[in-house]
Amino acid sequence: MSKELLKGNVAIAEAAVRAGCEAYFGYPITPQTELLEHMSKRMPELGRVFLQAESEVAAVNMVYGAASAGVRVMTSSSSPGISLMQEGISYIAGSEVPAVIVDVMRGGPGLGNIQPSQADYNQVVKQAGHGDFHPIVLAPSTIQEAIDMMVLSFDLAEKYRTIVFLVLDGAIGQMMEPAELPPMQEVKKKRPFWALSSQEARRTNGELPQKNVITSIHLGAEALHKFNEHLQRKLAQIEANEVRYYENYMEDAEVAVVAFGTAGRVAETAVKTLRAEGVPVGLHRPITLWPFPEKRLQELADRVKAFLVVEMNAGQMFHDVREAVGREVPVEFLGRMGGLIPFPTEVEAEVHALWRRTEVLEMHRP
Amino acid sequence: METSIVISGFGGQGVLFTGQLLAYAGMDNDKHVTWIPSYGPEMRGGTANCTVIVSDDPVGSPLVAEPDVAVVLNLPSFEKYEGLVKPGGLLVVNSSIVNAETLRNDIEVVSVPANQIADELGSVKMMNMAALGALLAKRPFLTLSQVKQALDDHLPARKADLLEANKLVLQKGYEVGTAVPA
Repeated sequence: MSKELLKGNVAIAEAAVRAGCEAYFGYPITPQTELLEHMSKRMPELGRVFLQAESEVAAVNMVYGAASAGVRVMTSSSSPGISLMQEGISYIAGSEVPAVIVDVMRGGPGLGNIQPSQADYNQVVKQAGHGDFHPIVLAPSTIQEAIDMMVLSFDLAEKYRTIVFLVLDGAIGQMMEPAELPPMQEVKKKRPFWALSSQEARRTNGELPQKNVITSIHLGAEALHKFNEHLQRKLAQIEANEVRYYENYMEDAEVAVVAFGTAGRVAETAVKTLRAEGVPVGLHRPITLWPFPEKRLQELADRVKAFLVVEMNAGQMFHDVREAVGREVPVEFLGRMGGLIPFPTEVEAEVHALWRRTEVLEMHRP
Repeated sequence: METSIVISGFGGQGVLFTGQLLAYAGMDNDKHVTWIPSYGPEMRGGTANCTVIVSDDPVGSPLVAEPDVAVVLNLPSFEKYEGLVKPGGLLVVNSSIVNAETLRNDIEVVSVPANQIADELGSVKMMNMAALGALLAKRPFLTLSQVKQALDDHLPARKADLLEANKLVLQKGYEVGTAVPA
């Protein structure tokens, strides 16, 4: 396979097709519409389901239905559309069915604008819907990574019977970069044992047919408590197994820049320039926003003198970094809102200032 | 080496395709590339732009504060990018419709009558190729033949009848660019 010049949204859609996605439900919204558009062409071509729903609320409930039938299913939207989906997302989480949601984030709050943003970090990472749960949240930084993560999203969703969010900002959705698409996987014929359409569940063994029931309702408080304990054990297992991050120049870094998605690649350019100038700085880029690479940041805090968090929001992941590294080490923040992307030169200036302050502090340490 | 290029003009001047062509040519010749468009609430007749980065190393930020090269195909683009080009950088101006001169003396400027060149060779629609030719003459991070090859390989099939004419316009723009003293 050779590399093609691919637009982020199209690359993600084609990766989903090749990962054996059997059904897509969605509603158009900029800056992710090319994803839905590509699906509208490819899915019927392959005899699979593409349906443009009447709203995001309908789309996510269609996803819930298809997922309950054991079908590899996804939807995609952008920030305001995800807000509309939150009820359904919570039902999916409460029913423990696997589903994949792509969020190509735009500027908010409200209708905001269609420019690239990371202002929905808290929404997807902390509270994707009501109740005690977290989806797995993957945040690619390049188009190749977005393709690879799209395939991984389905596998993780099915492995843990959970929601996986693939979150990017409008910049990664709209930009083009050379990347390689994955091989075509066949749609899985066999439905999982828990699914409504499971072959096992329908086998009668000479007795009455068994029934699989999928629901998020547990009327008794004890029963719901028990279910939540089970859910929390599963989340703990995900936290133990699925943390992913990328680092560059961290081995001997004294200042760590922490950034994800587009901000992560902007930060990497700045880090390379700063290294050429002799500044001992490195990049830590979380790929899973949940589970968050908390332990790794704790390790770094033991030897790094200062952190700089760069985000395209008012400082959301900043609080997770702060919690991970504690109060001993300074954590500074550089953010742009409203759909602005910070330039590498801005990150460089911030690191220079932070590095100078750190050196001054060192000199005055008794 | 890394070169950042902003291409800006009216919607319909082929701004986005010109950028994609550079990205294709870069990719086909084993460079690392990114292409990112402006995608705001653009309207017909409004100004569109894209940023392309062609590099020997993996590309981090797809946007730069100060591009190495700006290709400005209309006046609003001249006004926006003339001041942003990195010192020592290059400004390619479509002199057919941009009647403005820069006061900067720390950048290189190439004026190309892109509309006239394209019009004489068949269609004013190909004016973007004249400007691109001039850019390649001054900043050979890709060769003229590499970009011609990319046209062969990536010009959409519906435009196949304009392939040879596009190459001629590209060539003419290159010659104009070469004739401008450094």
